Amino acid sequence: MQTIDMATTPLRDLNATLQAQAEATNLTAWEIENPRGSHAIAVGLDAPIEVTVKGSTGYYCAGMNKQARVNVRGSVGPGVAENMMSGTVVIEGDASQYAGATGHGGTLVIKGNASSRCGISMKGIDIIVHGNVGHMSAFMAQSGNLVVCGDAGDALGDSIYEARLFVRGSVKSLGADCIEKEMRPEHLALLADLLERGGCDARPEEFRRYGSARQLYNFNIDNAY
Amino acid sequence: MCGIVGLFLKDRGLEPRLGSMLTDMLITMTDRGPDSAGIAIYGADNPAVSKLTVQSDSPDQAFATLEADLGAALDSPVHLRRKDTHAVLEIPRGRLSEAAAALAGISPGIRVMSSGDTVEIYKEVGLPTEVAERFDLRAMSGTHGIGHTRMATESLVTTMGAHPFNTGADQCLVHNGSLSNHNRLRRKLRREGMHIETENDTEVGAAYLTWRMQNGASLGEALEGALTDLDGFFTFVFGTKDGFGVVRDPIACKPAVMAETDQYVAFGSEYRALVNLPGIEAARVWEPEPATVYFWSHSDTPTPTEKAA
Repeated sequence: MQTIDMATTPLRDLNATLQAQAEATNLTAWEIENPRGSHAIAVGLDAPIEVTVKGSTGYYCAGMNKQARVNVRGSVGPGVAENMMSGTVVIEGDASQYAGATGHGGTLVIKGNASSRCGISMKGIDIIVHGNVGHMSAFMAQSGNLVVCGDAGDALGDSIYEARLFVRGSVKSLGADCIEKEMRPEHLALLADLLERGGCDARPEEFRRYGSARQLYNFNIDNAY
Repeated sequence: MCGIVGLFLKDRGLEPRLGSMLTDMLITMTDRGPDSAGIAIYGADNPAVSKLTVQSDSPDQAFATLEADLGAALDSPVHLRRKDTHAVLEIPRGRLSEAAAALAGISPGIRVMSSGDTVEIYKEVGLPTEVAERFDLRAMSGTHGIGHTRMATESLVTTMGAHPFNTGADQCLVHNGSLSNHNRLRRKLRREGMHIETENDTEVGAAYLTWRMQNGASLGEALEGALTDLDGFFTFVFGTKDGFGVVRDPIACKPAVMAETDQYVAFGSEYRALVNLPGIEAARVWEPEPATVYFWSHSDTPTPTEKAA
């Protein structure tokens, strides 16, 4: 276990150290102490390491992640796991706006609530939220899955392309071109896997599925699931 | 981008530390607003006294005989307490508008920063740490206070463009965001008799809230009204004699974090601003919902939209 104390180590040194870990590193477990709401903690990682942040963070935690697993034992500010490519980010508390924005891959798990614009412009990331999501979540979502075990706010999936949205609770309103869709066996199987990866104690049958009505963009059959 | 902080004390034992806690929060928000900084502190309520906080760019000259001059104009003793470019004038309770009118005659160069029974506002151009130092903000005690670090967008970087803006007795506003219909609303409010000094958008927001309350709205109703009548982006913290209110526009892209314990309610643009508060590890921390009014009050009989301490 490697420990980095942000009370004594500058942010740039912390990120440089984590970014320097190679594919074959044997320093796989890292703990970060005293984050105290700092921005851009554990960004740009590209190695199969596990980083645990012991406290709450500010903006852009775990941005641009590849391969790594980042755990945050607290809440995160805006833009957590923005543009993630692969790996896993797990937030024990709440996430502020645009969690998982533009993510291309990997898994983002939020055990509390996410606020507005969760999964905005998501491009392949899987986002599993144990609580609620705020308004305009999955705005212009292009690909990937958003699972919400609680409720969704206004304008869910506005201008959505080909992402799948699963919501267990209520949806305050659907955005333009977002509709409820039937839950077929392949969706139940997919959702069961997502719920297991997210550590959710919920049954796929409790969810409804939402997606694009495909009226708002030039639909190309090659994009369809 | 701007930074906002607010601190409402439930534990009276913390009152001597209000200035110090709020100053720490303010300085942490320097990255969000290095242009200018300001703070409004609500101090002890002396039932015989109201207060005007005034500012001058040449304070030696402007404040030299001000105490005696204003005393003569009001035919009543006035007490002046100078802090750097600012001075707090303690006058008999209830004579605020009379005193403000007299000031304009005595020394036209003097600017009124705040007017009320308990509020004092200090604001200047410069880094928050310098502003806090100049006014010895750490030494101040009080029941609650709000502060602002400014990165200007809508008007000049001047003392008068800094927040908080005080538009009614003991009322003041700090704002992160920008209003887009402030010119039209300023003309309308001026026609309604509101006094608006600057070309700043936030001052119009403050005057709007004061105007609504002067016309019978509760603070909660005034803040609700802001959601329909103000166009643009805003996270507002609005201070009153009894407490403070919080409201964010429906889009809510301007950040906000709140924390509550048995001892206090705190507001910060970012969680960083709250990390030095006592017991923050165990506090209830949450993000205020969009288009939702929150209020905390020391008043024994808060209105339905207020939450008593």
